Amino acid sequence: MKHTTDQVKAALRDFVAGNFLLGKDARTIGDQDSFLDSGLVDSTGILEFVGFLEETWGIAVEDEELLPDNFDSLDKLTAFVMRKAPAA
Amino acid sequence: MPAPFSPELLRLDLRAEADRIGAIVRDYLLSVRRKGVVVGLSGGIDSSVTLALCVRALGPERVFGLHMPERDSAEDTLSLSRSVSAHFGIASEAEDITALLDAAGCYRRRDKAVQSVIPGYASDWKCKIVLSGGVETGGLNVFHVVAQAPDGTQTKKRLPLEAYLGVVAASNFKQRIRKMLEYYHADRLNYATTGTPNRLEYDQGFFVKQGDGAADIKPIAHLYKTQVYALAEYLGVPEEIRRRPPTTDTYSLPQGQDEFYFALPYAQMDLCLLGKNHGYPPADVAPWVGLGVPQVERVYKDIDSKRHATRYLHLGPRLVESVVEAGNK
Repeated sequence: MKHTTDQVKAALRDFVAGNFLLGKDARTIGDQDSFLDSGLVDSTGILEFVGFLEETWGIAVEDEELLPDNFDSLDKLTAFVMRKAPAA
Repeated sequence: MPAPFSPELLRLDLRAEADRIGAIVRDYLLSVRRKGVVVGLSGGIDSSVTLALCVRALGPERVFGLHMPERDSAEDTLSLSRSVSAHFGIASEAEDITALLDAAGCYRRRDKAVQSVIPGYASDWKCKIVLSGGVETGGLNVFHVVAQAPDGTQTKKRLPLEAYLGVVAASNFKQRIRKMLEYYHADRLNYATTGTPNRLEYDQGFFVKQGDGAADIKPIAHLYKTQVYALAEYLGVPEEIRRRPPTTDTYSLPQGQDEFYFALPYAQMDLCLLGKNHGYPPADVAPWVGLGVPQVERVYKDIDSKRHATRYLHLGPRLVESVVEAGNK
């Protein structure tokens, strides 16, 4: 599936809004805000991200990739998705 | 100026502490007009110390012990918990909860969740859940299931969300059914129930809501595990209990508490929690726990994230508005 960085980030933002904010607007979340430090996402939430990445972009997340550097903000997640499933 | 950080900060006046806890147990029972306490005994250090403190406060005739093994319990669980009740001279009863768990579908539901990631898993296999990530690598906390076939071969798979929640939800029947039986005996005897978490478990949410987390009084929830061990020796808890490594005794494969939940073995966790609670920077604690400063920083962070993740477990039901007449604030 063809996708751009902006599309990936928008899809992730929608997922955060729908999944972690019970549908509340996610525009207040900054691109670099830490999900973990803000308390928005805990270890269960990380598993939800993993499931979303697999379903949406067919990304298989390896154990050693489960790092804050890959998962702990919209920017980091977007970069991770783009690395793992670059736009065709 | 505060004292420099050292494990000495965990040292208690054991006699004074046992007196203080005993007075609070007695006061509590008087305030709720109950005549004694029920203690669920696991053969572990926390329930044994809780029992010993209650016997010291109330006398053995006002303490009732319950042994509640099930299919997955370690072989020595029942003999150890019986040795504690015999040692302290209390009345006790064994209730094997396997049939109740079977009827609730505990094993079937858990096995189905494990099979979703390990298709060959069957009821004659053994399993446990282990925590990965954390202190050494800086990785995020995720759970793996480890399953062992009857021929001894082990398979380890990361648990996706649905399977993880399924295994935990099914396993939680164990703590909830035990608490249900504790309340049955408490009601028939007009006693109160005890909860046996230590401070690490209580603070970090290492309990099942409305399972082992439910109790009328929790006599050692303020004590670090190191202090619980010190009290155990002072109170004369049998040595075989004091030497037993902390285990969850929830899964069919042996599972240490540190591989399931805590980032470190309890002695190091105690020191990190103590240091953090009293405002000592990681650099003060690191030499005492044999870790580098970045690792202790990660432990501090992990403590906060567990507090956040398990806050819900501590909360009572939320009302839309206070019902002051019923004692709500």
